[in-house]
Amino acid sequence: MADVLKKVPVREQAPKVRAANFEEVCLGYNKEEAMEEAARCINCKNAKCVGGCPVSINIPAFIHEVKEGNIEEAYKIISESSALPAICGRVCPQESQCEGKCIRGIKGEPVSIGKLERFVADWARENGIKPPAPAAANGRKVAVIGSGPAGLTCAGDLAKLGYDVTIFEALHEPGGVLVYGIPEFRLPKNKVVAAEVENVKSLGVKIETNVIIGKSTTIDELLNDEGFEAVFIGSGAGLPMFMGIPGENANGVFSANEYLTRNNLMKAFLDDYDTPIARGKKVAVVGGGNVAMDAARTALRLGAEVHIVYRRSEAELPARVEEVHHAKEEGVIMDLLTNPVEILVDENDAVKGMKCVRMELGEPDASGRRRPVEIPGSEFEMELDTVIMSLGTSPNPLISSTTIGLDINKRKCIIADEETGKTSKEGVYAGGDAVTGAATVILAMGAGKAAAKGIHEFLSDKK
Amino acid sequence: MYKIKKAEKLTGPNYLMVVEAPRIAKHCLPGQFIIAKEDEKGERIPLTICDYDREEGTITIVFQPIGASTEKFTRLKAGDSFRDFVGPLGKPSELCTDDLEEVKKKKILFVAGGVGAAPVYPQVKWLHEHGIEADVIIGGRTKELILLEDEMKAVAGNVYITTDDGSYGRTGVVTKVIEDLVQNEGKSYDLCVAIGPMIMMKFTCMTTKKLNIPTVVSMNPIMVDGTGMCGACRLTVGDEVKFACVDGPEFDGHLIDFDAAMKRQMMYKTEEGRALLKVREGDTHHGGCGNCGGDE
Ligand SMILES: Cc1cc2nc3c(=O)[nH]c(=O)nc-3n(C[C@H](O)[C@H](O)[C@H](O)COP(=O)(O)OP(=O)(O)OC[C@H]3O[C@@H](n4cnc5c(N)ncnc54)[C@H](O)[C@@H]3O)c2cc1C
Ligand SMILES: Cc1cc2nc3c(=O)[nH]c(=O)nc-3n(C[C@H](O)[C@H](O)[C@H](O)COP(=O)(O)OP(=O)(O)OC[C@H]3O[C@@H](n4cnc5c(N)ncnc54)[C@H](O)[C@@H]3O)c2cc1C
Ligand code: SF4
Ligand code: FES
Repeated sequence: MADVLKKVPVREQAPKVRAANFEEVCLGYNKEEAMEEAARCINCKNAKCVGGCPVSINIPAFIHEVKEGNIEEAYKIISESSALPAICGRVCPQESQCEGKCIRGIKGEPVSIGKLERFVADWARENGIKPPAPAAANGRKVAVIGSGPAGLTCAGDLAKLGYDVTIFEALHEPGGVLVYGIPEFRLPKNKVVAAEVENVKSLGVKIETNVIIGKSTTIDELLNDEGFEAVFIGSGAGLPMFMGIPGENANGVFSANEYLTRNNLMKAFLDDYDTPIARGKKVAVVGGGNVAMDAARTALRLGAEVHIVYRRSEAELPARVEEVHHAKEEGVIMDLLTNPVEILVDENDAVKGMKCVRMELGEPDASGRRRPVEIPGSEFEMELDTVIMSLGTSPNPLISSTTIGLDINKRKCIIADEETGKTSKEGVYAGGDAVTGAATVILAMGAGKAAAKGIHEFLSDKK
Repeated sequence: MYKIKKAEKLTGPNYLMVVEAPRIAKHCLPGQFIIAKEDEKGERIPLTICDYDREEGTITIVFQPIGASTEKFTRLKAGDSFRDFVGPLGKPSELCTDDLEEVKKKKILFVAGGVGAAPVYPQVKWLHEHGIEADVIIGGRTKELILLEDEMKAVAGNVYITTDDGSYGRTGVVTKVIEDLVQNEGKSYDLCVAIGPMIMMKFTCMTTKKLNIPTVVSMNPIMVDGTGMCGACRLTVGDEVKFACVDGPEFDGHLIDFDAAMKRQMMYKTEEGRALLKVREGDTHHGGCGNCGGDE
């Protein structure tokens, strides 16, 4: 019998094998494994895990159904709270959310809530179970800008309430970061993302791709000329930052966004797609978040030797523990307490290396993390042909600069009420990374949900 | 899907297409561009808006096949469609957004190199519609590379044609014409707008700097999304890093580091693309305007 203090292990592709392909790393539970893991849940009365879930899924209730083998029931319970469970089960940082609060985690490992959610959602998809049908149409139009998790969730919730919802998406595929950012080996595009988008469409939501709000049309026009009564902005935080060090414009220096977009959205890793990607031999990824891990593991799969260059130590890496672990298993080399100061270029302006300096941790800074300080005289050079900058992103000012009366803060984030998503402009709501700056999928979904409720109240009063 | 209403081969290697895209046609201004993607597997290719018809809801593009993707575009016919067609992208030309009375006071010279005549045309036309007649130099290596001559003449003040080999119009590169006009023919200009291959824009800027004419160029670096989210299109302008797709594509030509920009543009040149360029030497990366600088 398995150790009840431990999670039922989940099957994964072997590190050596997966480091050379773009197939999903984690293979997920089968029904027997899921039922066995579900049996570890003690069905707490005052379940702490629910409080740790940003959209408050009734976790003990769905796990109970899994334990009994009633997967369809379990799916219905999850669907009451979450629109994209196959995605959340894969990418949420459960260790700091639901699983971080699980009672089982006090003495042993917490219940594997994320893997169970994922199993339920995958099972539902494979068995053709759809989310419940929407309410009768009320004929009132709402526009949603951006088709990332925030926009999809807001649109889905509004459609369920009977609204006529159109999503406007700037890129040629819906999904936001789910399609252009997070790679195939963590989140399969056709199997999972496209299927969840189809579920949202099956509620009657229309998606118009290739429309950039602020360029192809504006929020004011949607409200004044196209008959939309409210607008939700879920445009994300997609603007990449660079370090501002010498050599950064050289050939072979990419933002993680460019590298990942070429690979994930444009499918540059497949031969029959037209978009090229630089297949470096020796790559450094600068940064330590999820995005850096994704870029590093992508470069590895394209055949490179890959280094993560991060200025603090392992304990401060902002990426999920599971991703760091996976990256290391696959052979990504961690150059910690290291900071780049210059990109070295050859006579054709192509990257040939990077000058770095070693760091040590000093006093804690305002965020409570120990601040890295340079060790004098510790400069050294790395030989490289590609550098990927993964230093974070900020919201694109395109929408705020073309919408009269929409207030933003000094970080260029849209100012919106947390409970309702209400902005400074009447009828305009916002949520997700556009409001918070780069955060997580589940927080974006939570914000989309809150705004759908806010919009419904606004329009019900307006009538 | 975005239907192609007209597909036509122009002189030389160039093609013209009229594409149904009502949202873009309603909102675009001269200086802006679109991104077209042919099919599911295609790449996103930036092309300048050459003309637009707000009533018909159409956009006209003119392009020169120089590599795999633009070559594929040439096989599309009227009735076919682009899977994706997005825009208008980039900032409009400042001539169309600045105070009209101020613009009217300026004497403006446009310099179009090769396929650059296409992006120059809508700006000249817009000025004409607002009562301003600008002068235009159209340059090409040889006669068949001169584009949109009649269209341009209908909307411009003076149009000067020049070919490197003298097969049509004046003889010599565009920079020579600029010098002749200003130094020998008594012309003076307050602003020059140069659009064409980077090398032609570089040499034009060197000339106008000498002649003290402020110059605007339209940059064409590699792009992916065209909305500001990747930085593939970044350029050094003065001391600042700019994203051409959102901060441009037009910039002060005297502040651009052209050599760096040209090296970046070569990054993804496919082998086919390179081969094609070699065969057509001069028509594209260092020509069209004439061999205004030769191989760098
Ligand atoms: C590489 C990467 C890995 C990540 N890994 C994780 C992870 O493991 N777990 C996790 O929880 N989070 C992760 N995140 C963060 C998470 O993906 C984001 O927090 C989340 O996607 C934000 O959702 P959103 O809906 O607010 O915005 P986005 O997903 O950014 O979607 C915004 C959408 O709006 C569109 N848009 C923007 N401007 C306009 C406009 N003007 N007009 C029309 N459309 C527009 C964009 O094209 C985009 O499709 C990761 C992010 C990245 C980049
Ligand atoms: C804002 C803007 C406006 C443009 N307007 C026009 C126009 O009106 N007419 C026209 O003929 N061309 C125009 N171009 C150039 C056009 O986009 C390129 O010719 C085209 O991308 C080449 O693609 P390819 O696959 O056929 O060639 P390849 O050489 O095979 O290209 C390989 C890669 O390099 C990129 N690339 C190669 N050359 C260029 C280039 N000169 N500029 C940008 N990217 C390049 C491609 O996008 C592709 O990713 C414009 C470019 C920009 C950025
Ligand atoms: S806290 Fe853990 S054990 Fe308790 S209900 Fe939630 S998942 Fe089950
Ligand atoms: S093309 Fe991606 S930022 Fe300009």
